[in-house]
Amino acid sequence: MLSRNSARAAQRMLRAAAQPSQRLNLARGFASVSDAPSQTVQSDIFKPTKYGGKYTVTLIPGDGIGAEVAESVKTIFKADNVPITWEQIEVSGLSDATPAGRTEEAFQEAVASLRRNKLGLKGILHTPISRSGHQSFNVAMRQELDIYASISLVKNIPGLKTRHQNVDLCIIRENTEGEYSGLEHQSVPGVVESLKIITRTKSERIAKFAFSFALANNRKKVTCIHKANIMKLADGLFRDTFNRLGKDYPQLQCNDMIVDNASMQCVSRPQQFDVMVMPNLYGGILSNIAAALVGGPGVVPGCNMGRDVAVFEPGCRHVGLDIKGKDQANPTALLLSGTMLLRHLGLDDHANRISNAVYDVIAQGPHSKVRTRDMGGEATNNEFTRAILEAMEKAL
Amino acid sequence: MLALRQITAPMQRQCWRAAPRAVDTISLQNRRLYSSQESVAKFNGQKDAQGRYTVSLIEGDGIGPEIAVAVKDIFAAAKTPIVWEPINVDPIIKDGKTAIPDAAIESIRKNKIALKGPLATPIGKGHVSLNLTLRRTFNLFANLRPCRSVAGYKTPYDNVDTVLIRENTEGEYSGIEHVVVDGVVQSIKLITREASERVLRFAFQHARAIGRKKVRVVHKATIMKMSDGLFLNVGRQVAKEFPDIEFDAELLDNTCLKMTTDPTPYNDKVLVMPNLYGDILSDMCAGLIGGLGLTPSGNIGDECSIFEAVHGSAPDIAGKGLANPTALLLSSMMMLRHMGLGEYADRIEKAAFATLAEGKALTGDLGGKAKTNDFAAAIIEKL
Repeated sequence: MLSRNSARAAQRMLRAAAQPSQRLNLARGFASVSDAPSQTVQSDIFKPTKYGGKYTVTLIPGDGIGAEVAESVKTIFKADNVPITWEQIEVSGLSDATPAGRTEEAFQEAVASLRRNKLGLKGILHTPISRSGHQSFNVAMRQELDIYASISLVKNIPGLKTRHQNVDLCIIRENTEGEYSGLEHQSVPGVVESLKIITRTKSERIAKFAFSFALANNRKKVTCIHKANIMKLADGLFRDTFNRLGKDYPQLQCNDMIVDNASMQCVSRPQQFDVMVMPNLYGGILSNIAAALVGGPGVVPGCNMGRDVAVFEPGCRHVGLDIKGKDQANPTALLLSGTMLLRHLGLDDHANRISNAVYDVIAQGPHSKVRTRDMGGEATNNEFTRAILEAMEKAL
Repeated sequence: MLALRQITAPMQRQCWRAAPRAVDTISLQNRRLYSSQESVAKFNGQKDAQGRYTVSLIEGDGIGPEIAVAVKDIFAAAKTPIVWEPINVDPIIKDGKTAIPDAAIESIRKNKIALKGPLATPIGKGHVSLNLTLRRTFNLFANLRPCRSVAGYKTPYDNVDTVLIRENTEGEYSGIEHVVVDGVVQSIKLITREASERVLRFAFQHARAIGRKKVRVVHKATIMKMSDGLFLNVGRQVAKEFPDIEFDAELLDNTCLKMTTDPTPYNDKVLVMPNLYGDILSDMCAGLIGGLGLTPSGNIGDECSIFEAVHGSAPDIAGKGLANPTALLLSSMMMLRHMGLGEYADRIEKAAFATLAEGKALTGDLGGKAKTNDFAAAIIEKL
């Protein structure tokens, strides 16, 4: 029963993964926190739509604090005359947010829009815990669009004091299989099996992505995170694939580390890490640990890359339902994700102006009353946004 | 046999709890309110004619023998009523599977308790890790991992005092894996009601025993709705049996984030979670206070329990007298409490923490220059 069904499911995944091999030309500027060497975008595979000199970008504000921080991003982008037209789509994972039956529809609409525009800026969607609840839209979207690589850029922001200094790492996470395959069943009442799927194809794809990313961004070291001592076959495949491909990149230092050790090292000596690549679940764990090192989910930008579509979203995925509508949210993560998007389009001038203004405001310190609460200040999202606008004006 | 044991073992000793003061009342209450379920994993060991317990001692590899000597010396100085029975667990292959020698199994079965130093798992010889083998052989279903900041050793985090309980027998570590076709691997995470209930009940009982009022399940039921969902639901059910303990649940992502930001809100809670999350988070907590050299660990089962140092066997410094015995010593404190010998544990622990706080006789890993036996001697002096 198990073997037949699950084998079939796994074969389906393999077929899906075995599509024409990827061209991983990723030499676009994922500038990390400060101004990294900017690269031009207009290479072949990404061809975002541009009408009348403007790019159309799908904007999905998301649940929780999404609406508020998306508003900040729109205001700031508009103030800088960024050539982007937003195609805003309201999707929500909350059952009471949209009229019944609308949830699924809105989600499909969002996916269609992203397919069309090839670019998106997205907040986080809520996922219910209950079994009758829908599957995570965040995960479904990544699987549907095959945006397989998630990147979180974790770096100390100048002036924002945390327990750890000189952290500069980025977490690359496989987004489409692993523990999030969604394959689960109850063999007999009280006995549940959940499948974790690891395929060679997808492991190769993410490993190559990580190496290319490291090269394009002048990174020196790539660490593979796994638990191959226990899951000898699954994580073993992931690690061995990484090590095999690593030999093709002699200019990079490659090593691997067991996930529990990596978590421990992350809280005691995070400076040792550079680029880290890992399967889905470990990515979720480590991106949260790492985000906490530099100031929480409000300041960590990220993006999800696929062959055709790139969706930029905060690097540490928290909905923030508890502070929804209170004007306390920190828009930094979405703003910086937005500047990553601009760099991705080659609009580096805009990106630099905006990110510099954000850093300037944060650097004014906790007593300047312009920081949001999570950064030790008292300002509201609105006040913080206004401060950024003023800083941009001053810089002109 | 079981009935006999229950008659012969006095009530006090049946109870594995740490706080001797509260023991009688709690277990009476227990019996009255929850007569249907006995407390899980209590210690049923027997004293010998001199009133001493026998404990199986697995010294382990590398630095194991040195730190075991330190612990033995300290126990002797504290006049702890313990007799050590050294056993050898070098793996053998039995019916094509990794197994531990029968004599070792026999000893642990008889004594119902063991203390274990670090073991080196031979890599690439087809051995399942010995730790895993021990857990399976004795069905040690709960892994108890407290982490407490050590005064005298500075880390970016102060006042950490977390207690984590990890399901130890199934979950992601079920060991059920197969290659479906070349290049596609399935690894099965197994969650059963029975194992979940057992570990959750232990968590609640442990919370009571150490005087914490909150139990929190850490899960990822948003994604793994059925497996983690089952664990979470069992938690809710078990919680009804413990009305004096507050129960809640938290998403794994949030726990990771909050704990790394500021671990102090977790000082009044007992966290309980499936295998993999527990493995990762317990090591992360160890990282908060300075590494595995300072954290104890206990593997709790119904039949017997094994307390261990979870750090590596450090073959590079083995035999040089440089090793830090703190983890094994703290594990042995947990063991004493499990055996109802809390008063000895309190004394030794006080001396150990005082020695660490003083900072005069620290081993190399803590930035000191002392040898293993200097450290032990400093503790003995305080006793």
